[in-house]
Amino acid sequence: MREINTTQIKDQIKELFLKANYHIDQELRQRLEEALSEETSSIGKSVLQMIIENNKIASKEEIAICQDTGLAVVFVELGQQVCIVGGDFTEAVNQGVKEAYEEGYLRKSVVDDPVFERKNTKTNTPAIIYTEIVPGDKIKFTVMPKGFGSENMSALAMLTPADGAAGIINFIVKTVEKAGPNPCPPTIIGVGIGGTAEQAMVIAKKAIARKIGTPNPNERYAAMEKEALEKINNLGIGPAGLGGRTTTLAVHIDYLPTHIAGMPVAVNVCCHAARHAEGIL
Amino acid sequence: MTQVKKITTPLDDHQVIQLKAGDSVLITGYIYTGRDAAHKRLIELLKKNQELPLDLKGQVIYYVGPAPAKPGYPCGSAGPTTSYRMDPYTPPLLEKGLKGMIGKGTRSQEVIESMKKNKAVYLGAVGGAAALIARRIKKSEVVAYPDLGAEAIHRYYVEDFPAIVVIDAQGNNLYETEPPKYKK
Ligand code: SF4
Repeated sequence: MREINTTQIKDQIKELFLKANYHIDQELRQRLEEALSEETSSIGKSVLQMIIENNKIASKEEIAICQDTGLAVVFVELGQQVCIVGGDFTEAVNQGVKEAYEEGYLRKSVVDDPVFERKNTKTNTPAIIYTEIVPGDKIKFTVMPKGFGSENMSALAMLTPADGAAGIINFIVKTVEKAGPNPCPPTIIGVGIGGTAEQAMVIAKKAIARKIGTPNPNERYAAMEKEALEKINNLGIGPAGLGGRTTTLAVHIDYLPTHIAGMPVAVNVCCHAARHAEGIL
Repeated sequence: MTQVKKITTPLDDHQVIQLKAGDSVLITGYIYTGRDAAHKRLIELLKKNQELPLDLKGQVIYYVGPAPAKPGYPCGSAGPTTSYRMDPYTPPLLEKGLKGMIGKGTRSQEVIESMKKNKAVYLGAVGGAAALIARRIKKSEVVAYPDLGAEAIHRYYVEDFPAIVVIDAQGNNLYETEPPKYKK
């Protein structure tokens, strides 16, 4: 057994949320530069230039990339030989989020009751935590501050096996088309296929955090990613929805075994401010 | 690329009519902030025939809920929020002389009709360009509803705030005219 103290967990979560909210990773910055050189619309070009410049300013001054610093999503891969000591795990994660959002001048966007009170919790907690037990004696965290302009455009379809790859691609493209300018294009589209309804959406969200442009290792799924991306960009929605060839920067598909009678497909939409950071304890 | 037009607030009919969908603009002057909660309160006052806490004549409202300001900064990151949530509240404010709105995303047909009637313009700021926009905000003060925190109505002094005319006072709408040109 390897002991990990909850203070280390709290500090790690805090550091990762600060990092994610201030700095866009290298691969995404590069993908945005490529998009700028490929874009044919002059408005589209100027929008992409503004986004690139914005990311530089945020990183240099250590201020939020976007004012919607999102709900705090945390994926945990917990090594089964880890023994957590010193306190409550969930509390440590929430404390890390609270400290990051308070001390890092990040907006608190969580309301306690979704329907009635809708009172701000003022700490940006509770975090949304997904835990997976894995072999080993380490903990891996992937944090994603998730803005809601894009989250609101996400969708789930319980397709039938007969719908096949074509039906899935059609659903992905339709979802992006319907979203239009609202999710702050250019977007990154996470797709989860299979499992159960909720599992499909969880893997769709996690797929967003994949290193941008890395295709699914399964060739057939990689081909679907490519086809969906091409069809989406042929919609012409463009940067900020003001027309152009860059509507989406990448489609990341992930899949799981599912039931003989079904084919769940979840589309999780993320804006160009696709913020995530990873750390291992 | 189209030429960048510099405009100063407040706006009058003459200035508004010269702004065409597709123009890039840089705004200098005072603008007001407001999103869901503040809009709701303004409309409640209007329903009761009571005076508004600010004179909207010629003014521009920016739909924004900024991040907290770091010490030494007038304002935290401040990109636009989605405009359609303000659609039900907008026509009565246009009737009161509001000339411009800055946000992101589509507007309802009712809003566009009211913009044509009252000669007003809808400007798009780039969603997610929040750190860049914050640099153009030079001063910020609360003018109404301080209890709403980040959602209170603030008055910003902005210099060269970058925006694009998305829907002009004739009702031309970039969200409708531009994407089809790039469709394949
Ligand atoms: S969708 Fe993303 S970029 Fe747009 S306002 Fe929300 S968090 Fe910011």
